[in-house]
Amino acid sequence: MIPAHYYLVLSAILFGLGVVAFIFRRNIITIFMSIELMLNAVNLAFVAFSQAWNRLDGQVFVLFVIVVAAAEAAVGLGIIILIQRNRQSLNVERVDLLKL
Amino acid sequence: MSDFLAQHAEIIITLIKVLLLLFIVLTVNAYLTWFERKVVAHMQSRWGPHRVGPHGLLQPLADGAKFLLKEDPTPSGVDKFTYFLAPLMALALALTSIAILPFGPDPIRIFGHDIFLGIVDLNIGILALFAITALSVYGVALAGWSSNSKYPLLGGLRSSAQMVSYELSLTMSVVGVLLMAGSFSLRDIINAQAAHPERGILGWNVFPQILGFLCFFTSAVAETDRAPFDLPEAESELVAGFHTEYASFKFAMFFIAEYTSMITVSALCSILFFGGWLSPFPAAWTFAHYLPSAILIASGLWVMWDGFRYETIFGRILLPGVGAVITVIGVVLILLPSVNEFIQGPFWLLGKISFFLFVYVWARGTLPRFRYDQLMSFGWKLLLPVSLANVVITAFVILLRGH
Amino acid sequence: MNAPLVVFFFLAAIAILGAISLILQRHPIHSALSLIVVMVALAGLYLLMGAEFVAAVQIIVYGGAIMVLFIFVIMLLNAGVEERTNMSKMAGWAGLPLAIALMGFLAAAVARSTDRVQAVAQSGATAPTKVVAGLLFQEFVYPFELTSFLILVAIIGAIVLAQREKQ
Repeated sequence: MIPAHYYLVLSAILFGLGVVAFIFRRNIITIFMSIELMLNAVNLAFVAFSQAWNRLDGQVFVLFVIVVAAAEAAVGLGIIILIQRNRQSLNVERVDLLKL
Repeated sequence: MSDFLAQHAEIIITLIKVLLLLFIVLTVNAYLTWFERKVVAHMQSRWGPHRVGPHGLLQPLADGAKFLLKEDPTPSGVDKFTYFLAPLMALALALTSIAILPFGPDPIRIFGHDIFLGIVDLNIGILALFAITALSVYGVALAGWSSNSKYPLLGGLRSSAQMVSYELSLTMSVVGVLLMAGSFSLRDIINAQAAHPERGILGWNVFPQILGFLCFFTSAVAETDRAPFDLPEAESELVAGFHTEYASFKFAMFFIAEYTSMITVSALCSILFFGGWLSPFPAAWTFAHYLPSAILIASGLWVMWDGFRYETIFGRILLPGVGAVITVIGVVLILLPSVNEFIQGPFWLLGKISFFLFVYVWARGTLPRFRYDQLMSFGWKLLLPVSLANVVITAFVILLRGH
Repeated sequence: MNAPLVVFFFLAAIAILGAISLILQRHPIHSALSLIVVMVALAGLYLLMGAEFVAAVQIIVYGGAIMVLFIFVIMLLNAGVEERTNMSKMAGWAGLPLAIALMGFLAAAVARSTDRVQAVAQSGATAPTKVVAGLLFQEFVYPFELTSFLILVAIIGAIVLAQREKQ
């Protein structure tokens, strides 16, 4: 079968790509989506470990991560809608009223 | 060559099953459109298609030819990738859901391999069907958005909001059945209903779960965007809703996706609540095994008798021919008892699916449309609490009975 | 080169290509579609590992609800292609290699990790839903009830945040 570290390397690569997307994109919604990508990479690592050590706790924790991501997406998108209303733009560089 | 076949037998059998099932589903889709037009027409005291071939039976072929040959314009300003992706996604997801349904209990033995009817039996059968339903919201939403026009956008958003709302009561209403069967697999659910074969029809899930069945059927009709919940795509309301800007072949893909999901929902209703391939007669009544052949012989003779009196010459040749074939199949079934035993399961399942398809078409021809706010409040304020109550009641009864 | 390994590489390639497409696409809707592709590929990987319930929940909740929410918001806010603002060239030239170095470092650290993880091969056994449900309702029942409270708070928060201002 497939050794566990194949999945862990894939998880690390996806996490790194999520970080790259977070840093280089300027649209708020795309940045939010890169956060979801990072959460998915972490989920993959959880399930890989749960299979490696034959315990199902990892999968239960994945369910909790998915639920927390859903709650966070709902509130985060509400905040994004407010930002769009107040600054008329979805570019993070425009949200700079506190800048000196 | 023959041991290449022997080694990869599983894959080749599955591939053949997939192609055969795809062909059958697409043909049933085409004749479902004929069925719908005829039934709605007769309910409205008119004839429906009756020119193209005897009783309009070749109308689907004419429609298919029209869809293939019509001009397929792409409006300017659409988002090209999403515009082409949306109907593909809808069609692919609808056809994938057919793969999970089981069609009969016993396997066929060919060349020493057991071939089960149905492409695969997943451990998470019903969950996989819900996953496919959840993904099919995208086909509608992306189609509406990518068309770069007001009416499709509004229709697409309304339609996808409706689908997401009714998905909740759809999944909740099935939980009662899952609690009774103890498994997600569709074969296990039918086998749980077969636990008391002497009860026949009373062993089906619909009697303990009548509330669940009503919630499921209503949510499923709303989920597939059919009347009376078809406001987002009704012609008199929003032009044609999310598929306004789609012409011949891409529109046909949406059409096929809608009718295929109708077939899937009818199959699910019969599998989850009405016993799937179980016969309604108790097991002791063995004469009921002759019912399929009796029905085939009777309908074959009726088609022949109607065909001899038909007006066109083509009809007078075709219809008696078809009727004769059907009668011969019925007689052959009486003569071969092992084939007769095998055909019982699929016959009852197909009969129940046809019944639910008829109820779908009946609802379309009879009921007026819901207004959009009525639709949403019905889904959230009535169906969701009722299906949750059904889950709680079922759980309590199972706990008290100690199953 | 057996069949599970081929399936693994195929799904891993789809996931990585989807993630790269998320970075490179200019319109947020195309990024959202790429993310959906990544999630479905990950669900396939969970099925390969035998975690069937988690795979189904991933598609139903993540792919069928959360991403639908994203797509609704992108459509309603009419998000367009990203404008090209003046990014410093230095950030582009130095940032990208450093990011790739970070990824490589993480991956190498994992690949050379302790022998315990490397030596144990995947058992490939499916995790029955009954056992997962048993864990969820017996050992983890307190976090489970807390998450229902969390979702309630999130619903109230989202409704309050997105309300129109009262005139």
